[in-house]
Amino acid sequence: MKDITARALNMAQIRGASYADIRVVTRLTQRIAVKNGKVEALQQDETQGFGVRVIVNGAWGFASSSRLESKEVERVVTQALAIAKASALTKIKDVNIGAPIASKGTYETPVKLDPFIVALDDKIGLLLKTDEELRRVKGIKVTRGEMAFVRESKEFASTEDALVRQEIIESGCGISALATDLKTGEVQVRSYPNAGGRNQVTRGYEFILDQKLAENAGRVAEDAVALLTADQCPSYDAMTIILDGSQLALQVHESCGHPIELDRVLGTEAAFAGTSFLTPDKLNNFRYGADIVNITADATIAGGLGTFGFDDEGVPAQKTDIVRNGMFVGYLTSRETAQQLGLGQSNGTMRADGWNRLPIIRMTGVNLLPGTWRVDDLIADTTDGIWMETNRSWSIDDKRLNFQFGTEMAWEIKGGKKTRMFKNATYTGITPQFWNSCDAICNVDHWVVWGTPNCGKGQPPQIAHTGHGASPARFRNVRVGVVK
Amino acid sequence: MLGPNKLSEIANLIFSLSKADQTEVILRNTDSALTRFANNQIHQNVAESDSQVRVRVVYGKRIGVASSNDLSPDALKRTLETARAIAQRQRADPEFKSLPPPQPIQNVEVFVDATAQSTPEQRAQAVGILCKRAKEKGVVAAGAFETTAIETVVANSLGVFAYHPVTYADLNTVMMSDTGSGYASFTHQDARQVNAEALAREAIDKALRARNPITLDPGEYTVFLEEYAVTDILDFLNYAAFSAQAVQEDRSFMKGKFGQKVMDERVTIYDDGLASDTLAMPFDFEGVPRQKVMLIENGIARGVVHDTTTAQREGVASTGHALPAPNTLGPFALHMVLSPGNTPKSEMLKSIERGIWVTRFWYTRIVHPMKVLITGLTRDGTFLIENGEVTQPIKNLRFTTSYLDALNNVRALGDATKLFFEGWSHASRRVPALAVDRFRFTGTTQ
Repeated sequence: MKDITARALNMAQIRGASYADIRVVTRLTQRIAVKNGKVEALQQDETQGFGVRVIVNGAWGFASSSRLESKEVERVVTQALAIAKASALTKIKDVNIGAPIASKGTYETPVKLDPFIVALDDKIGLLLKTDEELRRVKGIKVTRGEMAFVRESKEFASTEDALVRQEIIESGCGISALATDLKTGEVQVRSYPNAGGRNQVTRGYEFILDQKLAENAGRVAEDAVALLTADQCPSYDAMTIILDGSQLALQVHESCGHPIELDRVLGTEAAFAGTSFLTPDKLNNFRYGADIVNITADATIAGGLGTFGFDDEGVPAQKTDIVRNGMFVGYLTSRETAQQLGLGQSNGTMRADGWNRLPIIRMTGVNLLPGTWRVDDLIADTTDGIWMETNRSWSIDDKRLNFQFGTEMAWEIKGGKKTRMFKNATYTGITPQFWNSCDAICNVDHWVVWGTPNCGKGQPPQIAHTGHGASPARFRNVRVGVVK
Repeated sequence: MLGPNKLSEIANLIFSLSKADQTEVILRNTDSALTRFANNQIHQNVAESDSQVRVRVVYGKRIGVASSNDLSPDALKRTLETARAIAQRQRADPEFKSLPPPQPIQNVEVFVDATAQSTPEQRAQAVGILCKRAKEKGVVAAGAFETTAIETVVANSLGVFAYHPVTYADLNTVMMSDTGSGYASFTHQDARQVNAEALAREAIDKALRARNPITLDPGEYTVFLEEYAVTDILDFLNYAAFSAQAVQEDRSFMKGKFGQKVMDERVTIYDDGLASDTLAMPFDFEGVPRQKVMLIENGIARGVVHDTTTAQREGVASTGHALPAPNTLGPFALHMVLSPGNTPKSEMLKSIERGIWVTRFWYTRIVHPMKVLITGLTRDGTFLIENGEVTQPIKNLRFTTSYLDALNNVRALGDATKLFFEGWSHASRRVPALAVDRFRFTGTTQ
């Protein structure tokens, strides 16, 4: 392996690259899906290959291949060089990636139980047992359960003498129950521990056991059935809402995580993912949220789905302040974008979705730091409001300002108590107005690092796995409901 | 490109090694390149070569699937062994009967050598035109130009061997001024058909007209939906309603409505993987020939797409719409067409007294599946229409409206269709522009 990577880098340099790096990646994925008492999917996928990134004539080129053979490496390096030369045809300025990064080291996700060693029978058995619990509840039409495990091994080397090896392990699981009523045309779903199929973290199989899927199945199914006949969530122009941790994690992801990606800010995602309202003039000069809102980007937090040792430019994992006491103070950066804004060294957020994709700026762990409230106290302190939990739909504009979310379930809060279940709840707002209306955040006892294993960005499309720590929080004067 | 003979050798090697009762092999060989530009220059320029093998083995009614992108004989053995080991630990699937037997498959020519042989210089040249025209007009260009060639083989031990190559080129751009933006895109099997000058004109014209937008109050409006927006309507109807699995699970509005009118009588929607003016693929990922499936005919619910599993449940034949195993999504329409009407776009516009011109939708999501209630935003060219003319740009709006209602409230369908490619699912769509009454906007952006 070392011979091949060294040869690729030497070849690139000799043929005119001012910089080159190579990533060799092997990713093993195991997925088990159970539906209505039957194992619907049981598969294991392995993909391996390498990607070569070069700068020639001040412009980038990238090529990749699944065939890690000497001749193919030579072909791919040649292709990357040719692509860089073509890129230079429209160049306005030479790429500047700042001071060399010569990281050396290794990183392995700490796990107690390697998920790839745990017997398939155990995994299938747990999902089937959970599915049986879901189906015990009368009125359920479709039950689902899934587990996903990832082991990604990668080696990064560069012409700046960086050499980094990592092994990232992820474990994820989730269940859901779908209830329908053809007479009313109602379809309701409840999920646990998160929507979208599963919650996922960088931990071992111990995470799966901690979720107690079977123990939660009955409640999940009962909620789904109850939602069919629950009252429609009313519409309000201005209402107090409390979001549970999982919904708030997605709110952070969409309305803070994406707009702080400096590539978006500088326009390089404009045609696809969009741009950002957090323009450079707002850095250190913009009130993003209320005083109690503190947000970090943290690639070092234990178990976070965006936790690693080094990013895909070889930059060590870091923790960076993004919003401090409500003020916007930081972006997610790459080596190139950090130079473009004069921010010094990258804070290490460049990640690629496998060997065949170019690293781009991705969220690591973008976390809303815990506040001081206990959940019970927060509800008791709310005279008139709506509790909303577990995401059902999400949408936000291309500058990350105007958002609308729906949740699987909601509860009316009257006089400090949850009183009535609501279905089809939605809320909408403008990002900074919303975060400035936050007046209470629950404490660390309620703080969970949620995983988002499906963040899409880039062309060709890339899926990133990101983490978001959050605890329930309260927001005032929020528009609720657009569904009549 | 590996070609059918090499891919057949690989499949046959797996069959010769497999001790399963039945074995299926899917091979996908991809050569793809994409040149991405922003701020009037190329900033990402990538190429990829990948070959994937997916093996499904059947022991009795126990099924295991494994995949790899290593096609060496040793790796193929390992992949087969992994699939076998998984199947041995799998529970029996009482619904499974058999992999499909061989059936005649029609040939559809959608592979163009010139696209497969596209060079970085050719892509850079087209991108250069967009960047140059943008600079000349004082706007900023962003976008991507992709050229891709894919070979697919689906084979099984019952004698199915289906091979299909396809190419496509897709150039899209957003042109931005300080206060407005415009969008244009073009997809074709043949990269030589991509006209960068025409796309530059379309997007720049829109970006310039979109400057200094006004705020319009949300509410119900008649909308002129460009083809870019209409394709989103088809995508979500497909996700929510056009799969047999959705009907079987009581979550599709088509349930119990077959033979009944569910949309305006001028609306006809079908899926046709054999149509050479789409990115056709004449068989599905079980090797079953694709049928043309009429989904909505003159507003009447006619059918949904099936794979082998959903078809067996109903005692009908698969329509050839399986995704690769193991497939939890169910059958999926990948080549949908909304039939054109007979109204030129200029006349559609003239018919609107007061309304909104929408170039495209953004970040659309299902709020309620049975109603196909969707929320999302407009993007890259939203304008006020007054007395049959586009009068001024407006700030992007959020909508929360039923796409099913939209196709019941059709005012006119355009007389020509445009081809689209969707990168995530590799699906293509062909749609006309639409004029729709009572489209519900629920918010504005800043």
